[in-house]
Amino acid sequence: MAAPVFKNPVIRWIDHRLPMFSYLHHEAYEYPTPKNLNYWWNFGSLAGFMLIIMIVTGLVLAMQYTPHVDYAFNSVERIMRDVNWGWLLRYLHMNGASMFFLVVYIHIFRGLYFGSYKAPRELLWQLGVLIYLLMMATAFMGYVLPWGQMSFWGTTVITNLFSAVPWIGDSIVTLLWGGFSVDNPTLNRLFVLHFLLPFVIVAVVLMHIVALHRFGSNNPLGIDTKGPQDTIPFHPYYTVKDMFGLGIFLIFYAFWVFWAPNALGDPVNYEVANPLSTPEHIVPEWYYLPFYAILRSIPDKLLGVVAMFASILILFVLPWLDRSPVRSGTFRPVFKWFFWLLIFDCVILMFCGKYPPEAYWMPFDFQIVDADTFTDRVAELRGVSPDEAMNAVGEMWGVNAASGSFGIKIVRLGQLGTLYYFAYFLIVLPLLSIFERPRQVPVSISKPVLGGGQSVAHATAKSMEKA
Amino acid sequence: MSKGRIVLGLVTILVGAAAVGIVAANPVHHTEIHTRSWSFEGFFGSFDRAQLQRGHVIYKDVCAGCHAMNLLAYRDLQDIGYTEDEVKAFAAEVQVQDGPDDTGEMFERPGRPSDHFKAPFPNEEAARAANNGAYPPDLSLIAKSRAGAGFLGHDGADYIYSLMAGYKEPPADVEVPEGMYYNEAFEGHQIAMPPPLSDGETSVDEQAQDIAAFLTWAAEGNLEERHRTGIKAVLFLVIFTLLAYTVKRRVWANVH
Repeated sequence: MAAPVFKNPVIRWIDHRLPMFSYLHHEAYEYPTPKNLNYWWNFGSLAGFMLIIMIVTGLVLAMQYTPHVDYAFNSVERIMRDVNWGWLLRYLHMNGASMFFLVVYIHIFRGLYFGSYKAPRELLWQLGVLIYLLMMATAFMGYVLPWGQMSFWGTTVITNLFSAVPWIGDSIVTLLWGGFSVDNPTLNRLFVLHFLLPFVIVAVVLMHIVALHRFGSNNPLGIDTKGPQDTIPFHPYYTVKDMFGLGIFLIFYAFWVFWAPNALGDPVNYEVANPLSTPEHIVPEWYYLPFYAILRSIPDKLLGVVAMFASILILFVLPWLDRSPVRSGTFRPVFKWFFWLLIFDCVILMFCGKYPPEAYWMPFDFQIVDADTFTDRVAELRGVSPDEAMNAVGEMWGVNAASGSFGIKIVRLGQLGTLYYFAYFLIVLPLLSIFERPRQVPVSISKPVLGGGQSVAHATAKSMEKA
Repeated sequence: MSKGRIVLGLVTILVGAAAVGIVAANPVHHTEIHTRSWSFEGFFGSFDRAQLQRGHVIYKDVCAGCHAMNLLAYRDLQDIGYTEDEVKAFAAEVQVQDGPDDTGEMFERPGRPSDHFKAPFPNEEAARAANNGAYPPDLSLIAKSRAGAGFLGHDGADYIYSLMAGYKEPPADVEVPEGMYYNEAFEGHQIAMPPPLSDGETSVDEQAQDIAAFLTWAAEGNLEERHRTGIKAVLFLVIFTLLAYTVKRRVWANVH
């Protein structure tokens, strides 16, 4: 494409020496984009927007925050009460984390459904997974900063996970803590890292974008663009579409910030950290719940930690686990069902992460009850003594069905969920690559519209890879 | 829209709703939390100044005997409708330690509006010693640190109200130890705090609502400004979104 000619002489002078305007024109203006992207493709730019919101609000918050165990909690409250618009900054940042994760989760699942991880976009996908990992680390460290009860105990639980590492585990934990318990040095180092990592994320995001622009966006049909008839320039088509999506998203974001700013957080974190008193349940924020469930569904500490990390790291090798030549789930009749089952599975895992593993879920009663209550219920329904019921529950694998009532132990449900999560990547996708017969894939993005049903090619591996 | 997209949309909405439901759901508690309708709820909700002042009187006369409220300063009371002079008078009711003076001595002086609420006990140990070992928590954030029965289970006002009005005669099979009281809203039903309210000019139920409202204001004094700002922000965003949608339709009109 021809280099643009800029009218403004100053811009022309600069661009001749430092071609940043040409570069921007090329990458953000004329950048050819598939013309058939649906609204699921809005979430990439939304994630970028959230990153900027988080960095800007975070920067201003850091000007008012004091990273010291004796002052951190009150300095956050001072931001809420005495700093001009401090409450808005903090609620934007706090709920922004949830919004950022929500947007990124939709972005990831969009990639999973439409096969955006497949060749030639493997590195693009892996950079995305890296961004996600960095986000998780950053959000965890940020949650420590208000130094509330859940900050303290969450940090204690998560940092203790590293003690499961053989031989050097305890040394790693000491290093993380900067001492022999979660204390002031811990808070200091986590604050410094919480400040640093977002800029590392920015760097990886830039690489993500460079990798994206190498082959351009994937699209709902999952086929390559064949020429100018399949693409439209990024500006104004997708800039304006992103603007519209951004507006809808901001209204949603505003709802949480202005009317339910604490609904997504744990109330216990409004109590100042107290190393001498452990909260009844230590629960992470909603975006970590599935991983927490995976961690707890494995009885062995080390294996639990391994499983938790593996559940994310497995995404790095996903492009080589799914060998199906068809990218888009639209043309994969069997894959589709397993994909939706995976989403359902993640919701179930979230659920299991939220509640105590020894509790029972009674789906037909819309209740979650503790083990004692469940035993009472079993005794009542079966008409047996409490002792007999206790034995029955103890012997059961966790399931009891009686008189239309049904209960499953949360940890068992989590184990089933974990099983499917890994099976999806390690068994289902490789097998589908072999046994699934995909539907016919259109020849090109513009053809189905221009030529009606005529121009459909067979979905052979060759035509997909090369065309 | 094709059938497939409609199904996809419905499935998405269902999964999303399930996710919100899960995050919002609470396990069965054996406590009785009652939902009240509060003036500060809803998109336009604001505090009832008269109620806040009644709640403040209850706090001052009853709660403040044991519970600190360290994050609030006397000057904050102007927010609930007191004049500057009234606030000065409230502050002057207490003696606070200040210093050191020119000779290096600490001294006592009457409180000023810029002082934070004076705590009833110098430290946690003193508070415990005076309360049979139980520690009366600071009330500055109590409305935010206790989950109630309200929206997404986070309305602390419902919890405070239920706790204040939750003192009942224990059931026949429950034995309450000496120095403990039966309360149906408290986890485990046994609370060390004696029933703080009693019927007077107003009923316990009304007083419980007043103190719950006051403590909500104490925890979330920016609530009204937040709601007002939110309305403005959303109005702006709706117009912005409609404009963006119109422009989008125009720009995309020729794309097939």
